[in-house]
Amino acid sequence: MTNPVHVDAPAGVPFIDITREFDAPVSRVFAAHADPALVARWMGPDGLSTDISEWDFVSGGRWAFAQTEPSGETYGFRGTFHTVRPDELAIQTFEFLGFPDVVSVETLRFVDLGDGRTRLEVHAVYPSLEARDGMVASGMEHGLTQGYAKLDDLVAD
Amino acid sequence: MQGDEDERLDRAFLALADPVRRGIVARLSRGPATVNELAEPHAISLQAVSRHIQVLEQAGLVTRTRDAQRRPVHLAPEALERLTAWIDRYRLVHERRFRSLDGLLAEDPTQEDPR
Repeated sequence: MTNPVHVDAPAGVPFIDITREFDAPVSRVFAAHADPALVARWMGPDGLSTDISEWDFVSGGRWAFAQTEPSGETYGFRGTFHTVRPDELAIQTFEFLGFPDVVSVETLRFVDLGDGRTRLEVHAVYPSLEARDGMVASGMEHGLTQGYAKLDDLVAD
Repeated sequence: MQGDEDERLDRAFLALADPVRRGIVARLSRGPATVNELAEPHAISLQAVSRHIQVLEQAGLVTRTRDAQRRPVHLAPEALERLTAWIDRYRLVHERRFRSLDGLLAEDPTQEDPR
């Protein structure tokens, strides 16, 4: 039994909205975003090593990480944490260095649903529609094996 | 047009939202299989597996041949191909990522290194 992820890329506006619930209290979901040791354990695609060089999860902090394919190819990502309020909110910029100078602004809301459950709401704003579609596509290319193997990954419990 | 496409994608994702059905699709990605073969790894009844296959069929993700003896189930690769539009890949990436996060959150907090 898993919680579904809702991803919406509405037509005509350069936004992406992601909503996902977790069977864990808001403090733990927030901690999983705040602590780089924990982030490294879930952020990266399977089979890629994620190397977090900076992760200062406070207002005005910086973050940077790189993912390396088994082939040795490396992809870098970086940004800043503009506003961070514990167990509530994080506003950050996001740049995929394979698509330089295209920076999105991501607002993450950590919503306490009570009963030890949490809803994560992510709203990402891109500089243009083309940037949204192109950057996400190129950012998603790597780390995903072609064909149906990706569905195999989803089967892992 | 856009609405149809959305509806079709939603059906496919709904079909793939179930771990047993994803298991079936993953198994079929390695070649056609009978209902019995598909049921084997799962601790559920043949009937339940048949129902899962029906859902996948209705979503256009699998087809069944009219081979009277075996009626093997085949993956419909073109349907899955359509799921590789960027937004779908994006969704799959997040799905996988959040499942990893679920696993981490399910751990006993006392096991984690104190910060």
